[in-house]
Amino acid sequence: MMQAFDNIYFFGTCLIDLLYPQAGLSAIELISARGVNVIYPKKQSCCGQPAFNSGYRSQALAVARHQLACFPKDIPIIVPSGSCAAMMKHQWPELFAGEEDEQQAILIAARIFELSEFLVDVLQVKLKDLGPPIKIAIHSSCSARREMGVADKIESLIAQLSNVQVLEQQYKKECCGFGGTFSLKHSDISAAMVNDKSHAISSTGAELLISQDCGCLMNIGGALEKQKKPQTIMHFAQFINERCNESNQ
Amino acid sequence: MNQTSEFLQRIELALNNDQIRNNFRSAMDGLMSKRRDQFADIDELAALRTQDNLIRVNALLKLPDLLEQLEQQLTNNGIVVHWAENADQANQITLNILNSKNAKNIVKGKSMVSEEIAMNHYLEKAGLCVTESDLGEFIIQLAKETPSHIVMPAVHKNRREIAQLLHEHFPQYPYTEDVDELTGIARQIMRERFEQADAGISGVNFMVAETGTLCLVENEGNGRMCTSVPPLHIAITGIEKVVEKLSDIPPLLSMLPRSATGQKITTYFNMINSPRKTGEKDGPEEVHLILLDNGRSSIHQQQDFFETLLCIRCGACMNHCPVYVRIGGHAYGSVYPGPIGTIVEPQLQGLDKIGTLTSACTMCGACAEVCPVKIPLPKLINRLRAEAVGGISQTLQRKAPLKKKEGMAYLAILAMVISTLVGLSAISIFGHTITLFNPQLFR
Repeated sequence: MMQAFDNIYFFGTCLIDLLYPQAGLSAIELISARGVNVIYPKKQSCCGQPAFNSGYRSQALAVARHQLACFPKDIPIIVPSGSCAAMMKHQWPELFAGEEDEQQAILIAARIFELSEFLVDVLQVKLKDLGPPIKIAIHSSCSARREMGVADKIESLIAQLSNVQVLEQQYKKECCGFGGTFSLKHSDISAAMVNDKSHAISSTGAELLISQDCGCLMNIGGALEKQKKPQTIMHFAQFINERCNESNQ
Repeated sequence: MNQTSEFLQRIELALNNDQIRNNFRSAMDGLMSKRRDQFADIDELAALRTQDNLIRVNALLKLPDLLEQLEQQLTNNGIVVHWAENADQANQITLNILNSKNAKNIVKGKSMVSEEIAMNHYLEKAGLCVTESDLGEFIIQLAKETPSHIVMPAVHKNRREIAQLLHEHFPQYPYTEDVDELTGIARQIMRERFEQADAGISGVNFMVAETGTLCLVENEGNGRMCTSVPPLHIAITGIEKVVEKLSDIPPLLSMLPRSATGQKITTYFNMINSPRKTGEKDGPEEVHLILLDNGRSSIHQQQDFFETLLCIRCGACMNHCPVYVRIGGHAYGSVYPGPIGTIVEPQLQGLDKIGTLTSACTMCGACAEVCPVKIPLPKLINRLRAEAVGGISQTLQRKAPLKKKEGMAYLAILAMVISTLVGLSAISIFGHTITLFNPQLFR
């Protein structure tokens, strides 16, 4: 283990809070099961990314600033989303530049871990697959892949699952077309991108798509559903937790 | 109609055009895969990107001095240097030089800067006959269109369209859709134009201040013909294309074709030092260089945006952009499309005219990942978005063109910013730790 932690903070993210709570609960179970106490600060809300990426910096700052007080202890902050993690780790220092709480934001940014990164690099989890055989596809979000540089972590976790076969879709590294507010401002381009993405995934014959990011999953899952494709979506934390948790079997 | 609804309309047209979707997808797939093959060694790639970034940052830091040195060296070598603040001036200077030699038939090598100032239109209005000699540029000139990609200007056209265009304009040749035969016809047409040409116009890829050298990469040999067959050669380029030393060229040349077309090196690499010297049997009698500002010195003076000028125009950012590959270059409605166009155009034309381009980005980061000089494209797009909605106090404004030596006052501040920036860029980009230097590259 890189460093032993008795406690960690969990940052739930908006999409998990509002649409995919099971993904967050699974992530918490995965971490707690390794003897680490998970602290969920109840006053947390949003990292500020939607406003920041749309150019509204003072609004983004107000939202992001609200999070600073939620994580006072010098322990890791685990984020089950590459995109929110990247916002906090890499964009906060720019967002808070010159502000009186800049130093506090930088120190918090340094404690951010994306979930799969934490499971692999810090907890070094060993998984035992108790689930039935299944074929899946994996989509790494662009922020997990390029900003956080952790796309290999989800792959190495899944590689531990003996009954899971990973099928490779075409254009695997290409963006799914979500891009937050991009999907609203350019819904036509976004639709063209996600149609190609969902087609590439369903063509593999996989039964399920997993990812680190619920934004991508929501986008691709919506397209698969609209196209009446049989594939479903799931956050990787829920997928792993359901297959490896003995009480679930 | 406002700029956003016009942009959305062009996007809709492009998305509903299967030929556009298919042409760009297959062409960009080819370019991405060839580039990937060139950079199998990721450590070499990381080291080269850092090295090229530092070469370009160094050049921009010393820009006023280097431009002065360049002018001096070129003048010593017998090349006449002209300064143009804007498109009108550049076109006027070009026309004056051509008129002074009574030049009527002009052959052109590929130049995006000449597209930026709509030079063909200007010269044709003045009654001159201008022929684009790069095959792609020739095709879109016949079709009266603009480039849809900065390296492959006719990528949106298919073979049948090209066959029909050639036949329509040159009915003396038999109709064919065979690629080799089409190229053969274009070659015959081009040979005649080269023989008749009174002047050649070209762009420039790199200028070396130390030696007064103009460097041009190309694949068809037409660039060399334009710059060596006619008695007069006029080169035009942006002021940012200068580098300090001749030894800066190999690392840049190693990256440009590999990033652009996935070639280890282009078929031709031209280094122009002077007009024809006494006793030499070929080469133009006169060589002119027009240095275009057109907003560049204004970008150069703004700390948050100067990295825009690092660009060496390889096009890798658009090749890898999931938005560009779906809508193609024309949908942007600008000379420079794709991610680089998204940061260049609003700075050249103003956010009020074309700031809407910045919305067409998912922030996926594929462009920055492949940029050979490490321009932080998503960061700059995000910064422009903030500028557009007033999220950051207005700093992006047209400043007076940079006169030589005038830039020195702010250079001290810029140096501090850049030293911080170089430190950062050497450590990480998008969270990837990068090997700092490969000492072998610096021997």
